[in-house]
Amino acid sequence: MKKIIFIFSLLMIGFSIQSQEVKKKKNAKVSFEVDGICGMCKKRIETAALKSKGVKYAIWSVKTHQLNLIMDERKTDVAAIQSNILKVGHDVVGFDAQKIEATTEAYNTVHPCCKYRDEEIILDHEGGLKKQKKKTK
Amino acid sequence: MNKILINSLLLFLPFILFSQTTFNGMLMDKSNPKDNLGVEGATVHWLGTNISSVTNKKGWFTIPYKVEYKKLVINYLGFRTDTLTIKSLKPIHHFLTPESGLDEVTIRSKRKATQKAFFATTNVFTVNSDELLKAACCNLAESFETNPSIDVSFSDALTGTKQIQMLGLTSPYLLISQENIPSVRGASQVFGLTFTPGTWVESIQITKGAGSVVNGFESISGQINAELVKPFSDNKFFLNAYSSLNGRFELNTHFNERVSDKWQTGLYVHGNYRGEKFDRNNDNFLDAPLANQINVMNRWQFTDAEKGWVSFINIRFLNDEKQTGEINFNPSLDKGTTNAWGSEIDTKRFETSGKLGYVFPALPFQSIGFQMAYSNHEQDSYFGLNVYDIRHQSVYSNIIFNSIIGDTRNKFKTGINFTYDKFEELVNTLDFSRKENAFGAFFEYAFDNLDNFSLTAGLRVDTHNLLGTFVTPRLHLRYAPWEKGVFRASVGRGKRSANIFAENQQLFASSRQINIDNVGGNIYGLNPEIAWNYGVSYLQKFNFFEKKGDITFDFYQTNFQNQVIVDWENPQEISFYDLDGKSIANSFQVEVNYSLTKNLNLRTAYKYFDITTDFKKGNLQKPIQPENRFFANLSYETELQENNRQWKFDVTFNNIGKQRLPSTASNPVQYQLPEYSDPYQLLNSQITKVFSSKFELYIGAENLTNVRQKNPILASDDPFGVNFDSTIIYSPIFGRAVYAGLRYKIK
Repeated sequence: MKKIIFIFSLLMIGFSIQSQEVKKKKNAKVSFEVDGICGMCKKRIETAALKSKGVKYAIWSVKTHQLNLIMDERKTDVAAIQSNILKVGHDVVGFDAQKIEATTEAYNTVHPCCKYRDEEIILDHEGGLKKQKKKTK
Repeated sequence: MNKILINSLLLFLPFILFSQTTFNGMLMDKSNPKDNLGVEGATVHWLGTNISSVTNKKGWFTIPYKVEYKKLVINYLGFRTDTLTIKSLKPIHHFLTPESGLDEVTIRSKRKATQKAFFATTNVFTVNSDELLKAACCNLAESFETNPSIDVSFSDALTGTKQIQMLGLTSPYLLISQENIPSVRGASQVFGLTFTPGTWVESIQITKGAGSVVNGFESISGQINAELVKPFSDNKFFLNAYSSLNGRFELNTHFNERVSDKWQTGLYVHGNYRGEKFDRNNDNFLDAPLANQINVMNRWQFTDAEKGWVSFINIRFLNDEKQTGEINFNPSLDKGTTNAWGSEIDTKRFETSGKLGYVFPALPFQSIGFQMAYSNHEQDSYFGLNVYDIRHQSVYSNIIFNSIIGDTRNKFKTGINFTYDKFEELVNTLDFSRKENAFGAFFEYAFDNLDNFSLTAGLRVDTHNLLGTFVTPRLHLRYAPWEKGVFRASVGRGKRSANIFAENQQLFASSRQINIDNVGGNIYGLNPEIAWNYGVSYLQKFNFFEKKGDITFDFYQTNFQNQVIVDWENPQEISFYDLDGKSIANSFQVEVNYSLTKNLNLRTAYKYFDITTDFKKGNLQKPIQPENRFFANLSYETELQENNRQWKFDVTFNNIGKQRLPSTASNPVQYQLPEYSDPYQLLNSQITKVFSSKFELYIGAENLTNVRQKNPILASDDPFGVNFDSTIIYSPIFGRAVYAGLRYKIK
């Protein structure tokens, strides 16, 4: 009996040690902030995310600017997805809370009404749809 | 004792071990705090690192810890992202706050009562309850009057039942479902739509053309799905009373009650009654039947959003009685005699259905659904000396699995269904009883490039005891070449067994002899109907004088490989035979929707039909089918005032072009009809006064200009003679009918 329990405990140790490694999950949920203002931005951001290999599901909230993803960690990582979003002209906030800005070239490709860096356009959207622009920290 | 102690210590050892190198905690849902249930599948990671972990079933997580890690980020889909500062290794308990994206955005532009889908791959439009309130709309059959894609006509001169058509084909060629369970089919084909009260309907989705393969192989020209009101979202109490000068009274009541956190129930009771006899055209026949109906439905809804379960259970019972015929007909004395011509149609229907759906909590794009339905439909009827009894028992079950391939741009639905139909059918002395069963599997793939192109391709394989084993392919494409323009195309196949008597019941109210050309087929000696439907559609939204509008061009063709031809061309006969040659239905429609001013909307449509069939007599246009139709609907609403006070005005105009009538050339002169009917115009109108969010009154008129068919029943003076015929109906029988009603609701 003792033996069994001992072996069992050993097994458990094994598991707990294993759980300390970062497992590559097939359906990992990730979330980070992406800057944008409107429904068009939403479409652009979600499309860029979904077109990244390994991303299964993407939904961006106009209100909170959070991009929620379900991705296959074996195929991709957050940095790769973020780089794809940067390429379509949207700034992202990395894990270290550091804002990574899209290149001016990429930013210039977004539709004029989506110029989220422009205070005037932000105000415009706030007036029309009462959307709350969350200030980036 | 000692031993046990040591043992338990050993058991705990691993936990103690890992608690020193890792950090753990539990995450819970703030909106549901009382059971302290953990949230499964939430992600936590240390800020600025790649070290992350996911919570287990009980909401616990364990994450490797180093002294330099200070900030823990918690993420969960649908919840706010939280960052916590970790100062000690003590396990944490943290509540997640749900993200509610719903309350803060107010959109100024009003939702339209009928919505044309811009992004859907299929040519589908949704009619919501606002639109349904625009017309008298006492039951599902009457709810299409303000909708140009569906034509409403009359089945016969006696029952006044309204028949619907899409793309120039009658309702048997449509798949009519109730919450995605095929409902109006088999024995209920003619009267089925009148058995769903209008107030029970929450919205209707109309798909033109091939449609989806998920619900079966029977649909040919389109699909109509009615969503019923749900205990969860319907008013706590609702009352609707209606009275028409054509003698009809209706009463609808809804009661919805929350039983527990997860269970809601609703009881819906409908009754209608017509006891007054009308004969305005003096043909000695009732213009509208004496009728009464009791219809009771009980629904149960179960929702457990956290675990991803949704379920519905429905039970419904219906009793409907109609009496029609000569004014002085007394059923107890005259039934089965030639004293007076009369008819009674008594229907009892019981149905029950259950649905169970599960959405994988960690995978919002993956779900599984199960549906099961049983119905028993019994109609006992006689028409003069003709007896027609039918009992149809039906079982339908369906399992659907929804998921994605790679990512959400590629979705699929797959599953199996099983149907069983038992018909006990008696036509005078002939017994046409039969059993049908079918087992099928389907797969439907949907692609969307998230920009301008999407596609839905479906395939199903069925094995049917009478129709054999066959494949049903269907394809839909959508392409948006430029802003606000959408081009759609569809192609698909459908196959069905024609229930010749149930679908053409009006034949019994005539002296026509029934002929069936038995070719040794499995159903009434006839072969199954097979057709291909092709369609193209173009929708363009526009701004004209700064007002929004859209224009749609539709062209659809249905090409029959086999059809059971219903031949009315000999006035003493009705013949059913397999198609030999061509049968093609072409339909073209232009529809314009435009906001003339802020609260004044115009919807107008022109339709052209070219429906030709090779009858035995030769290639002819389908009888009683206008070639041209014009439709216009104008609706005006006053500005919404406090407490939702408002006036609503609605006018619908229809121009029905000339229609070819079945040949009556061999009849004596007084019983002959012209080759074509004259065009005529119909005008309906309704005014609604909303007094508060609780109470409203409406008053309206159908057929304002009092258009009536002069002689709806041939040989009404000699109902037992050879020329008696009440089946050739091309215009209203009942003239102007003014109605009024009220609606009262408590949220």
